[in-house]
Amino acid sequence: MKPFAYSRETGLDHALARGKEDGVRYLAGGTTLIDLMRLGVEEPSTVVDLRALPLRDIKADGDGVQIGALATNTEVAYHPLIAKAYPVLSEALLSGASPQLRNMASVGGNLLQRTRCSYFRDPSSPCNKRMAGSGCPALDGYNRSNAILGVSSSCIATHPSDMAVALLALDAVVHVRGGGGERAVPMGDFHVAPGSTPAVETALQKGEIITHVTVPASPFAQRSHYVKVRDRASYAFALSSAAVALDVSGGVVKSARVVLGGVATKPWRATEAEAELVGKPPTSMSFDAAGAAAVRGAVPRTHNAFKVELAKRTVARALRDLVGKA
Amino acid sequence: MTASSVGKPLDRVDGRLKVTGTATFSAEVAVANVAHAVIVGATISKGKITALDVGEAQRVPGVVAVLTHLNAAKVPGADKPTEMTDKVVQVLQNDAVLYDGQPIALVVADTLEHASHAASLVKATYAAEAAICEMDKEIGAGFAPKAAPGRPPPDSNRGDIDAALATAFARVDATYTTPCENHNPLEMHATIAVFQGEDHLTLYDATQGIFGLRKRISKAFDLKPENVRVISHFVGGGFGSKGSAWSHVFLAAMASRATGRAVKLSITRQQMFAFVGYRPQTIQQVTAAASKDGTLVALRHEVTSATSRFDTFAEPSANVTRMLYACPNVKTSHRLVRLDVATPTFTRAPGEASGSFALESALDELSYSLKMDPLALRLKNYAETDPDEKKPFSSKTLRDCYTQGAAKFGWSKRKPEPRSMRDGNWLVGFGMATATYPSRQSAASALARVKKDGSAQVLAGSQDIGTGTYTIMTQIAADALGMSVERVHFDLGDTTFPETPVSGGSQTASSVGSAVKRAGMAVRTKLIDLAVKGKGGPLNGMSAEQVDAEAGVLVSKQDRTKSDSYEAVLARNGLDQIEEKIDEKEKAERKDHSTHAFGAHFIEVKVDPDFGEVRVSRVVSAFAAGKILNRKTARSQFIGGIVWGLGLALHEHTERDPRTSRVVTKDLADYHVPVHADVPDMDIVMVDEVDPYVNEIGAKGVGEIGIVGVGAAIANAVYHATGKRVRSLPITLDKLL
Repeated sequence: MKPFAYSRETGLDHALARGKEDGVRYLAGGTTLIDLMRLGVEEPSTVVDLRALPLRDIKADGDGVQIGALATNTEVAYHPLIAKAYPVLSEALLSGASPQLRNMASVGGNLLQRTRCSYFRDPSSPCNKRMAGSGCPALDGYNRSNAILGVSSSCIATHPSDMAVALLALDAVVHVRGGGGERAVPMGDFHVAPGSTPAVETALQKGEIITHVTVPASPFAQRSHYVKVRDRASYAFALSSAAVALDVSGGVVKSARVVLGGVATKPWRATEAEAELVGKPPTSMSFDAAGAAAVRGAVPRTHNAFKVELAKRTVARALRDLVGKA
Repeated sequence: MTASSVGKPLDRVDGRLKVTGTATFSAEVAVANVAHAVIVGATISKGKITALDVGEAQRVPGVVAVLTHLNAAKVPGADKPTEMTDKVVQVLQNDAVLYDGQPIALVVADTLEHASHAASLVKATYAAEAAICEMDKEIGAGFAPKAAPGRPPPDSNRGDIDAALATAFARVDATYTTPCENHNPLEMHATIAVFQGEDHLTLYDATQGIFGLRKRISKAFDLKPENVRVISHFVGGGFGSKGSAWSHVFLAAMASRATGRAVKLSITRQQMFAFVGYRPQTIQQVTAAASKDGTLVALRHEVTSATSRFDTFAEPSANVTRMLYACPNVKTSHRLVRLDVATPTFTRAPGEASGSFALESALDELSYSLKMDPLALRLKNYAETDPDEKKPFSSKTLRDCYTQGAAKFGWSKRKPEPRSMRDGNWLVGFGMATATYPSRQSAASALARVKKDGSAQVLAGSQDIGTGTYTIMTQIAADALGMSVERVHFDLGDTTFPETPVSGGSQTASSVGSAVKRAGMAVRTKLIDLAVKGKGGPLNGMSAEQVDAEAGVLVSKQDRTKSDSYEAVLARNGLDQIEEKIDEKEKAERKDHSTHAFGAHFIEVKVDPDFGEVRVSRVVSAFAAGKILNRKTARSQFIGGIVWGLGLALHEHTERDPRTSRVVTKDLADYHVPVHADVPDMDIVMVDEVDPYVNEIGAKGVGEIGIVGVGAAIANAVYHATGKRVRSLPITLDKLL
């Protein structure tokens, strides 16, 4: 690990000022950053610890909820406002990592967590995300865990978050502060596909800090569900996951959310799948159709081709379980 | 007689040290003025180093030295292995790169942080060559390994397999594959090397074999063996990877000699995938054939495993096929292919773990062809004597393992048709397989000593790699000495103690235990002799046969009011202590017997029909392994083996990039092992077995048998659940979609 300076800030304005310096990285839970520093992937000259900032509250926000960026995954998952009204978020959080990691990991950090692509995490290997123009060995190398959706010829790194998949399904909004003041970024715009610039992963600008996330009330939030498929029973990243939410009335789906995880370069909203559901009764047939629509345009590779079928089934199953549960 | 301690589920005598974090592992030994070393690994898999820029690394504050092939001292013995566990090591002797992660430089600094930062700044330039890591590309160049001394030959042939196959009623021909797997003990390999002057070296090393290490290092560095001391009091798991002296041990010693300081070298988790061995991938072709009533008429098992370009390790997967069933016509072979990879090594149940997957899967397939219960097929072909060695077994209680295991599991509830059992949405499958592992014994020595305070000290070199050696040796010694375990202190892990073999091949209990028992008994005999023949005392004049030892007190068998404590005997005779050292050889009766432990696994899996996720929901495993020395530590060995078998079946695979031969999955996030949620409660049946021939203590060794057969039992259960036969481990969900 490269030697670095460490400091702790207690006020947001001071923390933001520090962000203008070169080589600064903000530290929240540390579950991504410290790992990557140990691997030599991240080499900040200064680490500014944000954990003392007053950004940890979880509270009602009108009909919705506001979640501080420093609230831990555990706090969010078990908070009564979340567990009852937004089951998909609670389920997604609890399907991730381990209790120890969830006790450290923050909401803001989770939104910014970086890919688990093995080539990205090995500084001795080329990687366009780490070193622009160096190439992407995952394209034709070992790519079992890589993405099939939102990919480019520069990068097929999977976005690893469970939480972000649920937040996107819930139409959450990310609130950030920077030199230019506050702005609100809808989840759908927060993460960006790699295109030709895979180093750019989010809409967050240099020096900005995520302060909180708001999750609105919605007709489908309460009827929501997260299904995660992985290589072992716990403590593994998703091979495929789905956050689904349905507003059903009069036996017909009024609105739907279908978001895929583990198969795309960012939390992947499958609007075509949602379109298959809306206006129809919630039946197995429409769930299967939604699954098929969700992976339309997928680009499979040597070792991850199975994800096309798996993602299809994950969506259908999540919807079936959701309707069965209700 | 003293109430026997052997067999009781005694808590680990080192348990408190372990759970309070006060057991001192090799990297934790406090050594004065220690410098920290970090290995720089190659980032190509084949070629030459054309330039090595260490300037920036050397400028890091605190850096003491940067060793490379350009300045490192020659170690002539590095590429000259002499013993079975010796490896050809790469210790900065030339510019050649033979595999990904090979050590190409060693940075030594005052702190670990400085050393690891400086190591990241060493810049190598290579002339890379095309590297091959795919077995099928080299399979045409397969060759037969040379037989290791004292080990079974690579090929075997009994009966006439072709004639038998021509008349068989049912037959299975299938190819099974197992991947490369890395051991990954919790404790990474670590060494502290301390050269005192030019000719004395002390190594604190995480090793399974202190004496093998001493031999290898003293030869390679041209030191007198008695001038090399290896200390290893606690080892955080080995599983075979710590059975050899790998490059890092040499490098630590080289660095200590070069810098004149003690040097600590603890490798990283990523480096655990680079140069400390692994279970090699195998391709196994099996033919199994039977007559209509299920009598096996032919077994053929052809194994190809991978090794490095520069050293040879063959995974002996077919050996199990030679002896497990009564089959008159059996042909087996082992071949090797060379790849541009590091050298593989012994991995918990080397051969048996991978080979039983193929054999026991093939028998399961055969059972469906025969429409016969898989357990009935095994019973039908039960080998009453060893068909390979043509000798009686020293003991074999496998039939009881089958029947007791099956009864506890409820095997009779199995519906024969695949995909016929369900639990809600889950598909349910039952699978079983046989387990076996050879019961070895090697020469070992031990010393027992009773001191004038009435306590005992017992010493044997040996190692405790987490298996409970401290505990069972304390129990064996206490019984042999006629003392309570509280008064016996057993110590190990130091080459100044009596010589013992490597803790590998499940032989420590057998080998060291026999020596400890005989040493303890010898001391007890001396004490009795002194009591009956020495100065005065209440037992004086009796014959030795009339005296019992009980919790450190000698008692007359006729009149139990007459007794004489060990303290009193020593004091009266003016002795500070009595000690005996025993050099125990292999028990003579072994040569007329085949010695194996046996077992049977019965496993239930649940498979998600949509996703192909496999969950092991129940395990009942029965073992007959001779005398069980401690029911608690033995159970831990059995369940530890089974958990690893679960990983072998479902999770573990080391992947290389086929274009570069570089390891891609080199941490525990990418390389999956089972987590708690994957492991159900396991019901372990220990079948009583008395074995008078296997060794002095009648124990067969339980370190490895637990894993054997688990891969097949799970694969067989998955087939029963889904109707899909997976012949390529691990059974990841993509293979079941």
